[in-house]
Amino acid sequence: MTSALWYAGRGFGVSALCLLTLVMVLGICSRSGRPLPGLPRFAVAAVHRTTSLTALLFVALHVITLMADPYAQLHLLDAVVPFAGTYRPLWQGLGTVAIDLIGLLVVSSLLRQHIGLKLWRILHWAAYLCWPAAILHAFGNGTDDRARWMLIVLASCVGAVGTAGAWRLLGRDFAPEAPPVSVSAPSDLAGLS
Amino acid sequence: MTTKLLIDWTRCEGRGLCIELLPEVLVPDDWGYPMAAHHDRSLDVPAGARRYAEEAVKECPRLALRLADS
Amino acid sequence: MTDVISPAHGLMAARASSLAEHLAAVGPLPRPTADELVQLVADAGLTGRGGAGFPSSRKLTAVGGQRSPVVIANGAEGEPASSKDRALLTLAPHLVLDGLVLAGRGVGSRAAYLYAPEALLSKAIRPALAQRRDKLPITLVASPDTFVAGQETAVVAAVQGLRAVPTNTPPPTYVRGVKGRATLVHNVETLAQLALIARYGAAWFRARGTEDDPGTRLLTISGSVRRPNVYEVAGGTTLGEAISSAGGASEPLQAVLVGGYHGGWVPWTSDGVRSPLTRAGLSEYEAHPGAGVLIALPTRRCGLEATAEIAAYLAGQNAGQCGPCRNGLPTLASHLRDLARGKDAAYAHDEILRLVGVVDGRGACHHPTGTARMVRTALRTFRSEVDHHLHRQCTGLRGAREWHR
Repeated sequence: MTSALWYAGRGFGVSALCLLTLVMVLGICSRSGRPLPGLPRFAVAAVHRTTSLTALLFVALHVITLMADPYAQLHLLDAVVPFAGTYRPLWQGLGTVAIDLIGLLVVSSLLRQHIGLKLWRILHWAAYLCWPAAILHAFGNGTDDRARWMLIVLASCVGAVGTAGAWRLLGRDFAPEAPPVSVSAPSDLAGLS
Repeated sequence: MTTKLLIDWTRCEGRGLCIELLPEVLVPDDWGYPMAAHHDRSLDVPAGARRYAEEAVKECPRLALRLADS
Repeated sequence: MTDVISPAHGLMAARASSLAEHLAAVGPLPRPTADELVQLVADAGLTGRGGAGFPSSRKLTAVGGQRSPVVIANGAEGEPASSKDRALLTLAPHLVLDGLVLAGRGVGSRAAYLYAPEALLSKAIRPALAQRRDKLPITLVASPDTFVAGQETAVVAAVQGLRAVPTNTPPPTYVRGVKGRATLVHNVETLAQLALIARYGAAWFRARGTEDDPGTRLLTISGSVRRPNVYEVAGGTTLGEAISSAGGASEPLQAVLVGGYHGGWVPWTSDGVRSPLTRAGLSEYEAHPGAGVLIALPTRRCGLEATAEIAAYLAGQNAGQCGPCRNGLPTLASHLRDLARGKDAAYAHDEILRLVGVVDGRGACHHPTGTARMVRTALRTFRSEVDHHLHRQCTGLRGAREWHR
């Protein structure tokens, strides 16, 4: 029974990580202001939002199953307070950091209209802390049995986000601005001043 | 009751989500910024498109849109 | 209201270099109640002299009931062809300060600002303030030398220490302005007029001018006139009468730009000359009296080239905030320059007509709209010149010299 919970918990964890990676990729694409093949901009934004809520669900399932598993030694506190756990506290703590940041990202985005653009943008930068924390947590806690497939999954996730980042930075963002025009002030038109 | 779309031009960056969601109200100008599709230049939202207008307001990455009912 | 001083004074007669001279010229500062003042202003029919021409009593009433309102005297005068505010602040600073104090009392304000270029603040206003003992604290704020710095929301931003660029409306400044409080922004000439109306009454104000344009206004007349300067004229004065008061044309004229760089080109024809400088009188030319700026264009010059120069200036003065303006105005200016120089004239002309429609009304402030109006009226008034340019000719000497081959 416990090993079933253990495997289920890690399964949810891998799924959550892949979903979070997808959220990152979609977020980067959304920020670029460019549509994707088959997905207009509003759809990119909508899928990003839906995927993030799905990822949150899988993270919750990952935590709940592991809490039910006595082998994992995961206490409720460890789900929100980082680095206080008993099983590999550093790697586990990174997972908790990721959860805390996901909570911050989701809540601030739900309240975006109320907290205003500037604050929302600052808080949303936490995504660039959250996803690496999740990756490191998966690397530290998820590769203990040296299964090669896990390393491949991790490499793919990093590759996906790296590719999206390159696509964003190397391509031209939205709104082609008008070419600069040299302007000169009027000369003797106004006799006064 | 008419619903008008209000654009905060100091925030708009021409991201264009609103233009995608409200093609009967908005078209892009030369530089991608939303412009009235009607030649009477009004930004009135027809009743059928109201929920898309609400989505545009929510989705605008710059929070540059508002709806005004009169 | 005073009956000690003969009520024959206008703004120009109120010049004084000291507080004592000022009081001798126009009499002591009266103390009407807020309601009395608003009623006086309403009866007088005073409208804003900063360009928009909004009924002043309405603004006073809107701000009046609110919590901790703020009053601001706007002397920024971003329009390069306008000098009336500078003249008023230099020659009659006490009159403007009186108006500010009265407006403050009129709305129950305890915070007042005077916003004007630093040079004027140090040369004229600080010395004047030092001679006074008003209870209302007046803070001086220096305005930058940009075209949009005098726009109402830019004024409110600058007074709060932010960049002097327009902000998004709604709501208007008289609902939410400085620190979220109802803010009354009045041009310095409007306040000066108010200071005289409070002393001499509404009937005195209405004794000059016409029914729909009572009182007097200051005009800055420049260009090809014999005596370019600032003049005070009665409401309803025609364009021809105004040019005459500046000594008349110094050479044959083709048009007058009425209302400044955001105004409308009125052709120098028998109809144009007879048009009163009021909203109604100028409506057929899509012009407004604005802040009273008149620029006389001689026939010697190419009207399209003059328009291109102004458009280039306006394009350079955009605040950089709004996409349609930041992109549209330089592109418009570039096409106007092409049309003026005969380069791809037909294409340039079509693009100008199209872009005028693209930028009109699309921005946080009036800058793109005013520019569009100036260009639109230019194409109308200089219609025959456009025709010449489309056929590779130009009637202006200057235009021919820079003709594109």
